[in-house]
Order: sequence, then structure tokens, then C-alpha cells
Amino acid sequence: MAQARGPRPLSPHLEIWRWGPAMLVSILHRITGNGLAFAGLGLLLWWVGALAGGPASYQTFLDWVWLAPTPGLQSVTAILGKIVLVGLTWAFFQHMATGIRHFVLDIGAGYELEANARWSSLTILFSVAATSVFWAFVLLR
Amino acid sequence: MGNGTSIGRVRGLGSSHQGTHHWLSQRLTAVGNLVLIPFLMISLALMPAHDYATIHSWAAKPLPATALILIMINTFQHARMGVQVMLEDYIHEEGGKIAAWLLVNILPFAGAAYGIVSVVRIALGGA
Repeated sequence: MAQARGPRPLSPHLEIWRWGPAMLVSILHRITGNGLAFAGLGLLLWWVGALAGGPASYQTFLDWVWLAPTPGLQSVTAILGKIVLVGLTWAFFQHMATGIRHFVLDIGAGYELEANARWSSLTILFSVAATSVFWAFVLLR
Repeated sequence: MGNGTSIGRVRGLGSSHQGTHHWLSQRLTAVGNLVLIPFLMISLALMPAHDYATIHSWAAKPLPATALILIMINTFQHARMGVQVMLEDYIHEEGGKIAAWLLVNILPFAGAAYGIVSVVRIALGGA
């Protein structure tokens, strides 16, 4: 019985193509989705677990992720925490926008080259704007 | 059904009758996330303070607690399916496939269970 002979042919990979908005948001959808899955859900579980643990454990969470009341390691992790939280917010808005783009593509619309490139670029514009508005609202009000 | 080439071994078997379930479930959970995650983000953004007492009393109320538990179910399922597709695309060795299979079939359920237990504890007292 003949088995598949040798390695199967692979499709050209990312670095082969000339970059365009559609490919950029396509891979961003995957990167932000997996970032949200691991970092986002990990942080969500830490947050809700700390909240369930009582005032002391919740304060520990806040100290490590945001407040850093004592100098030392916490002052580093609190900076990382802010970067990660802003990054997750952007990742969510980007993943949401490209997800809605996928819904549009699923019904068979938006494949014309110009429209496809325009809506792809708009998802990035939206995610950056929405992230800025969200954090401006949280920090400045 | 032949036994020669790889296409010959599957020709005539028909479809596996589960081709669309994964795809459809990914979309359904996406719609759920489209409601649940903005609810969480807007609720947190509108909170007057982010100390323990404020957040805990909010999360203990029926509607937020329900939303948080739905997030633990819906978002973990959505993430599980997305990570599975990513791993299927990039992992080609048998050992790696088994490790990936274990990862997507165990970790999301453990995480969701921990999240649900935590929300139930917040909502129904304790601590």
C-alpha cells in the first residue's frame, strides 16, 4: 500500500508575500486572539480568584498589577501590568473589529480589492481609537 | 474505495458530517463575546472606585455574577477553539499533536471551572 511520498508541499508562508492591509489584519486577528486567550484569560482568572479570596488577596493583585506601593520588584511588575492591560484592551478591540470583518466576509460581502483593503485598514484605526478613548475615560474622569 | 493514494483511501466515504459544527460554534461564541466583554469593560470603566469593597459588591450582584459565569463558559470555549485551530496550523509532528490535544481539552475546562467557582464564592458569600 503506497503511503504519501515524502513531505507534502506547503503553501507559501508569510514572508513570501508583499504585505497588504488584509494580510496584516488577518494575522493580527490570530495574534490578538491567542494573546487574549493566554494573557487575557490568565489575568481574568487571577483577578476573579483574588476577588474571591478576600480583601487581602485582592490588594495583593492590585499591588502587583497596578499600584506598586513598595519599591522593588512590584514597581517593575506594575509597569508591566499597565502595559499588558492597555495591550489587552487594544487586542480586544482589534480582535472584535476583525471578527466583525469576518462576519461580513462570511456572508460573501467585502471581497472587492478596494473595499477589502479599506475595511481592513479601518479595523486598525478603530482599535487604536477605541483603546485611546477607553483609557482616557478610565484615567481622566 | 481504493487503497492506493491518500485521496483514493477516502474517496466515496462521504463527509464526516461534522465539518460545520466547529466553524459555527466559533461564530456563536463570538456573538456571545460581543455582548459579554463590552458589558464587563463598560461596567469596570464606570465603577466609581476599583477597591475590593466596590468591585466585590458589584460582582456579587445577580446580573454581573451571571455575566461573569457566562464569560467563563463562552469566552473559554471561544478561546479553546481558536487556539485549537492555531495549533492545528503550526504543529505537524505526532508528539506535538498529542500535546496540543491535551492542552486544548484540559486547560480551558480547568480554567473555566476555577473561574466559575470563584464567581460563585463571590456571589454566595464566604471570604
